Amino acid sequence: MTSDLSRRRLLFGGAALSAGVLLAGCTSNEQTPTAAQTKAAATGANSEPGKKVTIGFSAPAADHGWIAAITNNAKAQAGAYSDVELKSVEAGADAAAQRAALSTLISQKPDVIVLLPHDGKELNAFGLEAMKAGIPVVNLDRAFPDARAYRLQIKGDNYGMGVAAATYIAEQLKAKGVSNPVIGEIPGIDSLELTQERSKGFADTLASLGLKVANRRPAEFTADSGQQAATGLFQALPKIDALWNHDDDQGIGVLAAVNQANRKEFFMVGGAGSKKAMEDIAADNTVLKATVTYSPSMASSAISLARLIGQGKGMSDLVELQVPKEIVLASETITKENAGNYLKLGF
Amino acid sequence: MSDMTPTAAPERAADLPAQSPPVDPAETAKADAGARLSWWRGDGGEGAKRNLGLLATLVVLVVIGILTRPDLYGDASWVWGNTLTILKLASVVGVVTVGMTFVIIGGGIDLSVGAIVALAGVWCTTVATQSYGAGGMIFSALTVGLAVGVVNGLLISYGRLVPFIATLAMMVAARGLAAEISDKQTQVSNDSFINGIATVKLLGIPLLVYILAAVVAAGWVLLNRTTFGRRTVAVGGNPEAARLAGINVRRHTVLLYALSGLCCGIAAIMLTAQATSAQAAMANLYELDAIAAAIIGGTLLSGGRGTIIGSLLGVIIFSTITNLFAINGLSTEAQNMVKGGIIVAAVLVQQVQFRSLSQFLTRNRATTT
Repeated sequence: MTSDLSRRRLLFGGAALSAGVLLAGCTSNEQTPTAAQTKAAATGANSEPGKKVTIGFSAPAADHGWIAAITNNAKAQAGAYSDVELKSVEAGADAAAQRAALSTLISQKPDVIVLLPHDGKELNAFGLEAMKAGIPVVNLDRAFPDARAYRLQIKGDNYGMGVAAATYIAEQLKAKGVSNPVIGEIPGIDSLELTQERSKGFADTLASLGLKVANRRPAEFTADSGQQAATGLFQALPKIDALWNHDDDQGIGVLAAVNQANRKEFFMVGGAGSKKAMEDIAADNTVLKATVTYSPSMASSAISLARLIGQGKGMSDLVELQVPKEIVLASETITKENAGNYLKLGF
Repeated sequence: MSDMTPTAAPERAADLPAQSPPVDPAETAKADAGARLSWWRGDGGEGAKRNLGLLATLVVLVVIGILTRPDLYGDASWVWGNTLTILKLASVVGVVTVGMTFVIIGGGIDLSVGAIVALAGVWCTTVATQSYGAGGMIFSALTVGLAVGVVNGLLISYGRLVPFIATLAMMVAARGLAAEISDKQTQVSNDSFINGIATVKLLGIPLLVYILAAVVAAGWVLLNRTTFGRRTVAVGGNPEAARLAGINVRRHTVLLYALSGLCCGIAAIMLTAQATSAQAAMANLYELDAIAAAIIGGTLLSGGRGTIIGSLLGVIIFSTITNLFAINGLSTEAQNMVKGGIIVAAVLVQQVQFRSLSQFLTRNRATTT
């Protein structure tokens, strides 16, 4: 009995061990690294190495591709300058954790801080405090409500994304001569302000053109939730003319649902501008015909601008001697025609 | 968890003679399990009632659907397609819920199921795993699910951690590991076999629905027709009595969590196939969906009682509600409020049923003996 048991244990142990070894080998994700979105100013005096600038950087822990791209871009862009030193702190899981991380960052006396807050309202006080301490704050994407809390605000245009998507959809429907079109929408997490702004821009623009959204099923910025939301939408709308999906990451799931439901009667517009979406658009073999950008390249630009602020320089193409206070990225529409140009900005 | 049943346990013990007359005193624990061998007799008398209640709820939901969207329900092919869509929507959570039902009947709780699905999904879609093909992906998803489940079980049974704490810790840790492995990216599955799991149909019915049916059937047999099932009920109903009856409670607990983990591994393959990708944030809050489905299906949160069929009906009710709100274009906020209301209503109804049933049985016994 004992020998039987030990043999059995040995067998199980051996199987478990070999399975473990096999599994451990399966975690590798080695593949050709994607080119980060960097660009040192090619010409002009601004590209010349100047005064050494220490930039403190903080962004939330990445939970999806876009945030991961933000952090990667910031690091790559800083690496492209010989006169920039980047001190990056992980911002943890919530606003409180980020506040704690930022206080350690302040103690390292950076020249400029680039900050993508968990929540603009919650970290507004930190912005004020840092500015009062004489450290210029570059507020990335999620806006501080208080204008005294930042030196520069650079952000994407959520409302503009909705406008761009609706404009493209309306144009296409008009070109096709569709009357009374059925338009579907798959937003991301509905409770977020950014989602509400995107949906408002979409609905406002459609309304101004006499159109409306027939049904919207929110997902959660993940592919599996996108698949489920799209499946629900397809049940509700047996025939669709156009569909706007807010986020290309969840769009992977939406496209899977399109494929599973065998629906081909409509065209789809994405959002954010992931590499995969751009490739799909360029290949033109799915219902995805366009995507409206909300590019994480803003992190690269934020680092460049933080460097200029630290060196007291302006943007050389502008007349002003200093960097402006607010920059809002335009949401651009990527279609088959221009996808090639944008591919390097895809994440 | 067993200390949470001061009222339920004696009632159940009192019910026993009425339900299964030939009780062998030496096999109290087994008889306790034997009393609910199936869902239509024994304790199942109550279970059947409850399942009929769930079916009635489903019918009401469908009737609401017909009344609110007569245009869609007028089309027979749409109705058939919609039914399959509801079942497909239920399939992933359904598989997770079968494992969860076992854990809860066994007196535990598994908060880590969503995280295990995500970890198994991410693990099976890494570039390295995908290079081994579909076989490697399925193997790694199942093994990861099973392994995490075993770790949960060991922490709870031999580490003596409360299930709530152990699986809460695992929930955080497994999602963290998934984020680490995936480098927080969405990993696209390029394997046509895996992706085909979500598109293939046999005799007009999606493969996903067959997988759900197979897991439910296996779970039903395991719970109602095997020693393992009887032991699960015994361990959850009264672990001390089960131990005295000669059941290795610790080992059984490990097996229960391993089973839950394995179900998560299966679910991970199904969900990865549906989304043609995996990421650390996938299967968000599936633990709550699975627990809620088990609860409205009549599984006692303190353990010792529950049915697989009830859990399945619970999952289908939730996915029918999701579908109902989608086809009417109503907001998901309202949908969540309705879901919450249904959970509370189901538990309230069960309590009333349970009380009246035990009163009925007590009276019945008084007249027969």
